[in-house]
Amino acid sequence: MSISPRARPTGSWEHLLWTFTRLSGLALLLFGAFSLAMGFVFGGRTQLDLPGFMRWMFFPNPNHVVNSDIPDVTAGWSNAFWQIYSMLMIALASAHAMNGVRMVLEDYLKRPLAVAVLRMLIGGLWIAALIVAVYVILAS
Amino acid sequence: MPASRGVSVLQALRYRGRQGMFAWTLHRLTGLGIVLFVGTHVVAAFFLQQFGDPLATALTAFYESWFTQIFVYFCVLYHALNGGRLALMDLFPGLLRYQHELVWLQWAVFAPAFLVPVFFLIRSGLFPS
Repeated sequence: MSISPRARPTGSWEHLLWTFTRLSGLALLLFGAFSLAMGFVFGGRTQLDLPGFMRWMFFPNPNHVVNSDIPDVTAGWSNAFWQIYSMLMIALASAHAMNGVRMVLEDYLKRPLAVAVLRMLIGGLWIAALIVAVYVILAS
Repeated sequence: MPASRGVSVLQALRYRGRQGMFAWTLHRLTGLGIVLFVGTHVVAAFFLQQFGDPLATALTAFYESWFTQIFVYFCVLYHALNGGRLALMDLFPGLLRYQHELVWLQWAVFAPAFLVPVFFLIRSGLFPS
């Protein structure tokens, strides 16, 4: 029995996005695992509760775990490394998510005008999400 | 992807795509669930912080509740594990030979990773110390 790969979209742009979805998804898994591990290294086991750990894992930003018992948030938890790290994570996650929403909606929208409007809306949401994220990261 | 979407719910249930169909549906639903949660969270946090808006306060109380956390954790963990399986199968098509086994492996990883935190979330939610 020969096994062929799962169906892939044709056309270079859709294929590029198809590849991006896979690679960014794998990268986000690694990002999540790394922030979880580093949360433990910084003593989070005694200073964060379970929801606090989830919040740190999804968005490693000191403001995001401000309700926890971390005594000195500048040591380890708050520095340029985590700011750049969070920005990378948000950039990958928002692109992955907005492209996913586009894929789902385009399965149900067929009229070209509707698709064009939808893409503009999603693109606008994506840019807005990036601006908000960079503001939140740099302001904290 | 089928060209026509004229499929009724009953026909869809009778399609019986087994594991793959179930995984595809759950992957979509959990992905949309994450977008819904993060979107609500960002908008509510903005209106709460800037204006102290009561609706934003209510929304925040809702998504910080322990049952919403269980829902979000289900969405994120399922989407992550299933997406990881899909990405690995697409990058290494040789793995497709074992796709049924991989689905069961995925559930074997999912069950403890989901149920243990959920046990503690429910315990602290029902019996706050």
